[in-house]
This record gives sequence, structure tokens and C-alpha cells, in this order.
Amino acid sequence: MATTTPPTPSAAPVRPATPLPPRRTPTVKAKTAPKDSWRTWPLRDRAGLALCWAAGIFFCLVAASIVLYMLYKGVTQLSLDLLVSSPESSQDQTKSGGILDPILGTLILTTIGIALAAPLGVTVALWLTEYGRPRWLARAVEISVEIIAGTPSIVLAIFGLIVFSQDFLSFLSFEATGGGVFGRSFFIAGAVMSLIALPLVVGATREALQSIPGHVREASYALGKTKAATIRRVLLPAIRPGIATGSVLGMGRIVGDTAIVIVLLGATVQLEAYGDTPVLGTLRGTGSTLTSYVYQNSPAGEGGSPDKAYAAAFVLLLIVLALNFSVDLIAAGGRRSRGGLSDRGKA
Amino acid sequence: MALAARQPRTWSDARAERTLGAGAVVTLLFVVAMVVYVVINAWPSFSHNGLAWFGSGGNVDQQLHDIQLSPADPDQYVYHLRAWPLLYGTILTTALAVAIGLALSLLASIFLTEFAPRKLQRVLDPVVRLLAAVPSIVLGLIGILVIVPFVRDTLIGQETKSSLIYLVQLTGQSVAVAVFLLVVMISPIMIAIITDALRSVPKSWTEGSAALGVNRWRTMWRISVRAARPAMIAAVVLSTARALGEAIMLSLVASSAQSFSPNPLDGIYFFLEPVHPLAATIVDNAEALSATPLKQTVYAFAALLLLSSAILSIGGTFAKRSMRRYGIQS
Repeated sequence: MATTTPPTPSAAPVRPATPLPPRRTPTVKAKTAPKDSWRTWPLRDRAGLALCWAAGIFFCLVAASIVLYMLYKGVTQLSLDLLVSSPESSQDQTKSGGILDPILGTLILTTIGIALAAPLGVTVALWLTEYGRPRWLARAVEISVEIIAGTPSIVLAIFGLIVFSQDFLSFLSFEATGGGVFGRSFFIAGAVMSLIALPLVVGATREALQSIPGHVREASYALGKTKAATIRRVLLPAIRPGIATGSVLGMGRIVGDTAIVIVLLGATVQLEAYGDTPVLGTLRGTGSTLTSYVYQNSPAGEGGSPDKAYAAAFVLLLIVLALNFSVDLIAAGGRRSRGGLSDRGKA
Repeated sequence: MALAARQPRTWSDARAERTLGAGAVVTLLFVVAMVVYVVINAWPSFSHNGLAWFGSGGNVDQQLHDIQLSPADPDQYVYHLRAWPLLYGTILTTALAVAIGLALSLLASIFLTEFAPRKLQRVLDPVVRLLAAVPSIVLGLIGILVIVPFVRDTLIGQETKSSLIYLVQLTGQSVAVAVFLLVVMISPIMIAIITDALRSVPKSWTEGSAALGVNRWRTMWRISVRAARPAMIAAVVLSTARALGEAIMLSLVASSAQSFSPNPLDGIYFFLEPVHPLAATIVDNAEALSATPLKQTVYAFAALLLLSSAILSIGGTFAKRSMRRYGIQS
């Protein structure tokens, strides 16, 4: 039973003055007082309890069916061949190739997005927590981060489209023959993607900063460190797990987002570099990610090969779950290192 | 921070503040720029239609088509649009999903915090996190390849379909599927927020109630759930913002090509009729943005979504702050 179990009648009448009051009898049986079994409840309360069970089991069933169905489809459709070959645009399912390019596209896009979001997010969080003056500006920045977090990604996507279609930003994508700026490239999609990761980085970093006890900062000041040096030498190392958590959560959001990719990545099946420079060409070029591949191959898109869409969705789900799992690992590691910090603070 | 003021402010310290502040100000300016840009681009569509933009009348699909095909001469741009069916689609799916999601999430949160056996509790926590992590495109894919055919062939059936063919094409892409998937999508957020609030209700309150002989269900319902009401508001606000803006998944499972307004008087068929929300309309028209009037119309949709989600986000912050005042963490 849960933690908020009311004290049993045997343990309840304990006076505060008693030394070491036994809050709860240590036997297992005492967790459910015989008087408060659901069998003695009125019908209405029992109905409520039944609904609770139903809701809990409903979510378990939904999650289990999603995972098992994707696992079944993934295992039957996925093959090594599919993972290492490039997709071709072909109506014939046997010739439409694999999902190598979408996987690469997802990796590139996530890298760009988080490389932009993490520094900016840490900067914003540090300023908000450690400085935050003037107050009205800090409030405004806080609210704007909330607004970014709430803005639908499709709105961010088409906002990115007008911004990056400006002539002076043409170096980020390429100009069509007519002179119009295409406004769609890996770099642009990554830049907009960094926005959906930003609030998560800011949130996790602020939380980490706020959980550092004030005496750690004071100890640093007492040693004659400036505030900047304290941030650089004391706070930043201590919040590394927090930054990592935020970044990984942000990566999860980037990997799973579809709207921005469809609008801003040009939706070509393969990675199409623009120009000859190897890395820059790819960044200025167009491509696809796992999410846009799934969308294109669902009945809504043109590709129309549901089996490959399932395979890609399975890979996508695996990536997202792996990212979530690593958040747990980071959190576990973070608890250990924070323990170390507070020890050092005491010494 | 008072302590910091007494520090000797060196040059590098001031520079650090300015550098960090610059990053924060960039974020702020970005949001302002986004709102201004989108609203400016959307303005022609609003100004040509006036308040009738929000009204109903005519066929939205036809109007969007005309807008797309309007002449290249800026004086002859076509802007005529009555967007009510799309707004109705968004409001309908969002409201239904949030209402159902709130009920389910509240029950699931109560179960998770109080009544679930230890073993089940250990399963439910990761289950909620897993559901929160599933990308919406995966839900959309399962929706369109599994649930939509099921609804079309089993729930609707051939006879109903052919009997209603002159009114609406029932493809299985429907209110019911859209709402179900939205519920699955937004519930984890709600459960996370509500569970946190329920867990942080001061123990003395529930113990006091139990000491008065109130059973565990009533204690939960009368004390903890009431104390967590601000959390429920925050959960509703945040998940409404999510549901409003979900574009790709809804464009997969909610509507076929046509924009149809389901009528609640249709009884059970109401839930089986297609619906076309705003965000999905943006996706469907994203390819044709080279036509200026259509682009401005699409930006009008985006402006509407942006403003409503911004209001919701700000509202959510205030709801969370009121929670903190009562000592309940979000």
C-alpha cells in the first residue's frame, strides 16, 4: 500500500514527548488497518476505487500495446539491409531502399539542435538564477521561455520559414534559380529545433542551480572568489548532471519532432548536399529524418510503404527510449556527485 | 544574492553578468520578434475579412483553394475566408481530449499515489514516463494504420458508410480516433503534474482526516485532491497548449481532405465524423506557401495558435505559482 497510509489505531496515540516515538509498527500487516478495508466503504467510495483501478490499468494496457505492437512490427520488418541502405524514391516497395539517410538526418539534426540549445539554455538559466536583475527583465525572460515551451512546433516551423527565407540569410540554405531563397536546410531546421529543446535545458539547469545550497556559494566568496569565478569553478561543475539531463530531454524532443522537419528540411528522400564543401554542403542541403520518413511513408505521404514506416518508427522509438533511460543514469550519477560536493562544502 | 552585492565587482565579473544577460535578452527578443513577425504576416488575412474571419459560411476548403489560386496581381488577391469549421475542429478535439484526459489522469494519479499495490506502482511510474516519451508521429502511425481501419471497417461498416456518402465520407479518420490519441498524448503530462502535487500534500492533513475516522478514499478525494486543485489547473492549461498545437498526428488521423464540422445532434455518428483542426490545416498547406495570400492566411492560423498557446503558457505559470504559495510543489 502507498506511503500516505494513515497510522494504525495501535500506533496512533503517541505523545510527542515520548522519546523515539514508534511512528508505525514495523510489521507488514499493520499497513492496512483491518477497519479501513475497502470492503467496509460505502458504495460510492468503492465505485471511485474501482474507477481508479480502471484508469491505472487502462494506461498500462495502452503503453503495453504500443510497445508490443511496435516491437512485433519492428522485429518483423527491420533488417540489417534496411538499416545500411539509402532510400530511393520508388513506388515499388522492393526498390525503395532502406532508412540509412533518415537515421543520419536525425543524428545531424539532433547534434545541431542541441549544440545551439545547450549553451544558450545554460546561459539563460545561469543569468536567471545567479543574477536576475533587473527583476522585470528576469520575469520577462522567464515568461518568454515559458512561451517558447508552449508554442506549437508547427508555428515555430513556419516562423523559421519566413525568417530564413530573407535574402541576407541565403548562405544558410540556397537560392533557387529564380533568385528566391529556399529557406530549407539542415542548418535552418536545426536552428529552429534548438528552440524546442531550449526550455528543457533552461528548466533542468535552473533546477540544478537552485538545489545547490547557498553555503557552497558563500564558501567560494569567502575564499575571495569573484562571482564569475564561482560560477565558472564551483557552480558549473556541480550542475553538469543537470545540464546533461536537460540536454538529453531536449534531444528526445528534437528526435521526436515532425512538423519542423517536414516544413524546414525540404523533405527530400536522401541527404542532398548543396555545393561541394563536404560538411557545409550537407548542412546547407536538404534531407529527411526518421520522423519525416515515417510521415512520408504513411498513407498521408507519397511513399506509401507502411512496413518501412513501421521499421523507421521502431528505430525512432528505440532512440527515444534509450535517451530516456540515459536520463535515469545521469540522475543516478548526479545524486552521487552532489553528495560529493556537499561533503567538500563541509570540509 | 544580497551577499553578491558586497563583493568587489571586478571587470570580469561585470562582463560575466553582461554576457549571460545577453543570452537571456536574446531569448526575450526572439519571442517578441516571433510574435511581431507572425502577426504582421497574418494581418492582411484578418483585415480583409474583419471579424467574419472567425465566423462560418461557405466551404472552407473551396475558400482556401480560391486563395491559393488568386491572381498574381497584389490588387486582386483573394482573401475571403470563414474559418469557423477549422476553429471548431480545434476547439472540439482539444476540449474533448482535455476533459477526458483530466478525468482519466486524476483517477490514475490517485491510484498511483495512494491505492496501487507496491508492485503495480513500480510498473506504473515507468509506464507513464514511457507514454510521455512516445513521439506523436508513432501514435499517428499506429492511429492511421491500425485504429482508423478498425473504426472504418468495424465500427462504421459498409452500410452506414454508403448511407451517409452524400453527406460526408466516413473514412474512419474521425473525432473519436483523434481524441483518443490526444488523450494518450497529453495524459502523461497531466499525471506527472497531478501526482507530484498529490504527493506533496502535507501528511498532517491526511493523517488528521484519517484520525477523524474518514476512510482512505474520502481522505484522498476530500483533502488531497482539493489541495491539488491548482495543480489540476496547471495540468489542464499545459496540456491544452499541447493539444492545440498537435499538427502532424491530427493531420494523419483526424481528417481526410475535406473540412467537415461534426454536429453533436448526429448522435453516435458525431464521434465518427472527420474533423479538421487548425494546426493540421497548416501542415496540409505548408507546401503551397509560395502563393502570397495563402501564405498570409496560413500565418493567420499560426498567429491564432501562437497567441492562444502564449496565453495558456502564461496562465500555467501563474497557476503553478499559486501552488507554490500553498506549499505544494509542482
